[in-house]
This record gives sequence, structure tokens and C-alpha cells, in this order.
Amino acid sequence: MINNAQEFYNALPILIIGTGILISLLIEIYAEKRKIFQPWISIIIFIAAGSYALLSIEQKSTLFMNMLATGGNVNVFYFIFTFGAAVVTLLSINYLKKYGANYGEFYILVQLSVLGMMLMAGAKDLIVIFLGLELMSVSFYALAGINRKRLKSNEASLKYFLLGAFTTGFTVYGIALIYGTVGSTSIDLIAEKFIELSNNFLFITGLLLFFIGFSFKIAAFPFHMWVPDVYQGSSTTVAGLFSTGGKAAAFSAILITLGALFTAGGAHTFTPYLAVLAVLSMLYGSIVAIAQSDIKRMLAYSSIAHAGYLIIGLAAGNYQGIAGIIFYLAAYTFMNLGAFGIVSLIEGEEEANLDIKSYAGLAAKYPMLAALLSICMFALAGLPPLAGFFGKYYIFIAAIKADLTWLAIVGVFSSAISVYFYLRIVVLMYFKESEKDFVVAHNSTGLLAVIISVLLVIVFGVAPGTIINLISSFL
Amino acid sequence: MPMLTEFGKIFIFLLTAILFVVVAVVAAKLIRPSRPTREKLLTYECGENTEGTPWVKFNIRFYVVALIFLIFDVEVVLLIPWAMVYQSFGFSGYIVGVIFLLLLGLGMAYEWRKGDLEWERPKIVPPVLAEKMNLEKPDQLTPKEISI
Amino acid sequence: MQIPIEYYLILSAFMFIMGIVGVLTRRNAIIVFMSIELMLNSANLTFVAFASYMGNTIGQLFVFFVMAVAAAEAAIGLAIILALFRNKMTLNIDEVNILKW
Repeated sequence: MINNAQEFYNALPILIIGTGILISLLIEIYAEKRKIFQPWISIIIFIAAGSYALLSIEQKSTLFMNMLATGGNVNVFYFIFTFGAAVVTLLSINYLKKYGANYGEFYILVQLSVLGMMLMAGAKDLIVIFLGLELMSVSFYALAGINRKRLKSNEASLKYFLLGAFTTGFTVYGIALIYGTVGSTSIDLIAEKFIELSNNFLFITGLLLFFIGFSFKIAAFPFHMWVPDVYQGSSTTVAGLFSTGGKAAAFSAILITLGALFTAGGAHTFTPYLAVLAVLSMLYGSIVAIAQSDIKRMLAYSSIAHAGYLIIGLAAGNYQGIAGIIFYLAAYTFMNLGAFGIVSLIEGEEEANLDIKSYAGLAAKYPMLAALLSICMFALAGLPPLAGFFGKYYIFIAAIKADLTWLAIVGVFSSAISVYFYLRIVVLMYFKESEKDFVVAHNSTGLLAVIISVLLVIVFGVAPGTIINLISSFL
Repeated sequence: MPMLTEFGKIFIFLLTAILFVVVAVVAAKLIRPSRPTREKLLTYECGENTEGTPWVKFNIRFYVVALIFLIFDVEVVLLIPWAMVYQSFGFSGYIVGVIFLLLLGLGMAYEWRKGDLEWERPKIVPPVLAEKMNLEKPDQLTPKEISI
Repeated sequence: MQIPIEYYLILSAFMFIMGIVGVLTRRNAIIVFMSIELMLNSANLTFVAFASYMGNTIGQLFVFFVMAVAAAEAAIGLAIILALFRNKMTLNIDEVNILKW
């Protein structure tokens, strides 16, 4: 319970989103012109919660009987989730009409999933992690199938649901085993007993099952098979949310548990497992992405590769690694949302123009869109001086400091492969003749959202030192 | 029986239960006369003659109601622990429970407004006129699609 | 005499593996979903067994949350399966293959 005013203020970002959901639900029930102002209300709620999280970033505390942490990097994650979701909402306003699924529930579901993500990022107890994870996943299943008349959308949501629920089973069973050996679900207590229990078979099995569940959500290699299908089948803006918010939230939960284990001195227990996972995800994602002809599938495989880079930071097992992951997640969220945003702008009715060939000669027709997409592609490829480069740089440095130089070299090699398929789109846009004529409908809100994310990518690229120092100061 | 554990008792109970059923069924099968007629083998339908197969698809509205029931039914699980202890938490515990119920109520109101609780009567399809059907192929006379 | 904790753990591990095998081998979406529920229930059994073994209530508390969440998941899952069935008239997940698997 909330005991005093200070605790209330610290819990405000979550409370704002929670109240926002209720308000949006009431609007959906009673307001006549809800289609017009529903998205704007949810954007205002997101920005309010995110800005407040940034302002109160110094106030570290734990709430609700040591169930939830606030302040520090938790608030950095709040910022990523809320602003990412605000960009997705802004993109969706006109996109949903084109996609034929202009339901007010969409915005409520996005808010619900953000609430789940925030619970995961701030959790101090496995119960809260589990509830947050499920709140996010259940909203995502519904979001994937939001256009219930379209067979592709049904199929994506069925696949996402069946595989997601399957891995939830692993997570819950893992938590059960951890609880059985530790005697509590509090993350602090688990970290305390980690050294003592590190030879306990049940405990290690439990932790591994727990991480298998999360490997699915971050789309790491052996658990990636849902990613391309779900991204292709669901609407483009929602796919952007899955690949950024969902991944960032799962990583935040992993960082909470692993970060607690780091302080207990168990940093390198999982390094071999994580290193293998990282190498496989990076190489598989980068190599298979080359063969894709659908841009959403290509971005899906690139998202698998990015999960690999992020896992390098986990394998490094030091604080530079954690800071690098948080920075990379912030940068990745906005560059990927920019890319998905432009794909959603160019996508025509009935999912036309999703082929990579449609991008040929785009620069001549729409120089603005081509320039924005190029910036996003350069950032995703990790070319300096954009945000993606510094994200990778910090993570690779952390790996080298942890004596995992070979892992960093594989990472650089994989980035070099990925440059090929990112720059192929830039080359198509600028140096090829247009193959088919299509008109990109004017969409000012969508363009605004893309510009905001590109600006954030540039800001992260210009001042990476300030941000990484801020993140490191909280560790 | 000194060697019998708690588990052993359950096992013997299980064994007895299975044996009881098997013995009763087998004995009845051996003793009773078997003279089946068509009338006897029909599915029992309150004395009426059976029509068609019992494996019909249920109307999709049942599923919607079942889904709504499922959610509200299981949410009660979260109320039971609260109901056990709310007195010792005083006023704040009471408020928490009320907030939870209000959230459920909001969900209910949402379903109500969205029309998921409406039980629409099926539209009565007027009989199809024979003129509109192909009279040259009498086997197609029966209208194939009857919407429910 | 109390039943040892190992018996519960072996039973729940068996249920869990049965659930995994069910998910991987069955092709009907509903049966796959039932196998998933079996996995969740095996976790519930583990929780309750540990809670009674150690004499603390966190495990039982967790079971309540897992049950509530499983119901929410069941509701959304059945809704998704219904939506698919209305469009495609099949429940076989091998026939759901417009997107490359």
C-alpha cells in the first residue's frame, strides 16, 4: 500500500498509465466522437507518464512492500516504453484506417501492454515480473489479431498466442522451481542465496527454464520462429511495438534478475550459454535477412540479430554491459520504430508495397521519406555517428573488458554482414529506377512520429556520452 | 497392517474402486439377457424419435457467453483470499477490494455497451419459393443454406 | 505420515513433460492449448507442494495469480481460435500456413 506522499509521487508513472486505461475504457464506452480523440488522449497519457518518469529519475525507492522499484534505470525504461508507445500510437492514427481495423480498443490495448512492460521493468519480485509479462503478452496477442477479418492477422495472432503461452509455461515452471529452492520469490532473497544454491540442480534448472521463457520474448535464436510470421501478419505499427517495446521489456526483466545476481557475485555462471545464444542469433538473423524479399520479414530477422548483440552485453556480465544494453535498447527502440513507421507510411491498402522492390526509385518521388528511411537504415546497420553505432560500441567494449574478445569480433563480423541488407534498401531508393507507380497517401501524424523518432536517434548519436554516464551512475 | 503408508491406503482405495466397477459391469453383462431391437438401440431423446445426428455445431453466441463467464468466474479466485482476511486489514483492505470490484464492473459495463451480452433472436428465414429454384434438376430443390 | 515432496515434484515434472509433448505433437489448436494449460497446472502443483512443504504461503498466492492469468489467456486464446475458425473453418494448425512457418 501507499504509505506517504513521496511513495505516491514515485509510483505516479504507473498510476498515470493505470488511470489512463480506465479513462480510455470509459471514453470507449460512452463518448460519441471517440474515434477522433481516443488516440490523442492515449498519447497525452504516455507523454505525461514518460516525462514524469524522466523528471523523477533521481528518486530511487521501493514501493508496495518491496514489490516494485522506481527511479534510476527503471525510469529510463519507463521513458523508452512510454515514448515508444506514443510514437506507435501517433503512427497508427491514420494507418489503422488504411489497414481496415480502426477500433478504439487498439489504443487501450497498447496502453495495457505498456503497463505490463512498466511492471516488468520495475519488478522486485517474480510475481510482479510474471504479472507484467502476462499483461504485456495477452495485450500483444490481441493486438496481433486486431483485424479479425483478415486471415493473415488471425494466423499471426494464433501463432504468437500458441508459442507465447507455451513459453509462459516454461517461465512459470521455472519460477516454481526457483521458489521451491529459495523459499521466496523476492529477487533480493534469490540473489542472496545464489552462491549457496549454485550447485543445486533444481535451482539451476529453474533459472534456465525462466530464461528460456524470456529468450522467446526477446526473439533469440532457438526461440525465434514466431518473429517473421508475426511481424508479417500483424499490422506494421503493431509489429514495430512488438520488436521494440516487447523486446525492451523482456530485457529489462532479465537485467533485473541478472543484475541482482551480479551483485551476488554470480556474474559468469551463464556466460557460456549466453555467448552461444548471442552468436547463433546474430549470425542466423543477419544471414537469413539477406534472403528476404518482404521488408517486414527482413526487419524481423534484423530484430533477431539485434537480440544477439544485446545478449553479448548480458554474457559480458559486467556493469558496462548492462549500461550498454540499456543505451542500445533506447537507441534501437527509436531507430526501429522509425523504420517500421516509414514502412507503414509507404504500405498501401490491402498490404500492398511491402515488397523490397517497391522501394526502388523512392528518392526521386519522395525525397523526404527516402532520407528518413536512410537515416534509420544507417543507424540499424551501426554506422557512425548515429545511435546504433554507439550502442554496439559500448556493448562490444564491455565484452572485451570481460575477456570475451572473440564474441565482440563475431559481433563486428555480423554487423558487417548486416550492412549489406540495410544498405541494399538505400541503394534501391537512390540508384534504381522505379518499377511500379504508386502514390503514398499524405499522412501528417505518421510523418511527425517518424521525424520524432529520427530526431531521437540523432540526439542519442550526438550525445551518447552524457546518456551512458547517466545510466551508469544508477548502476 | 504396519507396512501400509498413507499412499498405500489411497492405492488400495483406488484399486477397490476400479475393481468394484469392473466386477459390477462384467457380472451384469454375463447375467442379463441380450435381445436388442432397433427401438432399443435408438438414442434416448425424451421419448421422441431421434432426428439427425447429435454432433451439431453449437451457435457461436454460446462461445461468447462462455468466454465472458470464464473470465468473471475465475476472477473470483482473487476475491477469496481477500474475503478471508479483509477484516484484519481494516479500511484500506476494504478499499482495495472495492477497487478490484469496480475494475470488474467497468469490464462488465464495457461488454454491456459493446453488445456482447445481447442475446439476438435468430432471424426467421422465410420459405424459399419454388419458382426461384431450378425446376429441371429436382434433386437441387431442397435449399441447401439455412442461416441460423 | 506425510507424502514426501519428491512424489509431487516427479508427478508435476511428468505433467509438464506431457504438456510439452502434447504441444509438439498434436495438430489441433484446441488440444495444443489444453496441453499448455497442463503445463501451467503442473507449475501450480509444484507451487502448492513447495508451499505446504516449507510452510509459507507465497506459493499458494502465486497459484491464485497463475490461475487468474491462465483464465485470461484461455479467454483470449479461444477468441483467437474462434476468429480463425470463422475465416478458415479449420482448427488444424498445419493448415494455417499462408505465412511461412
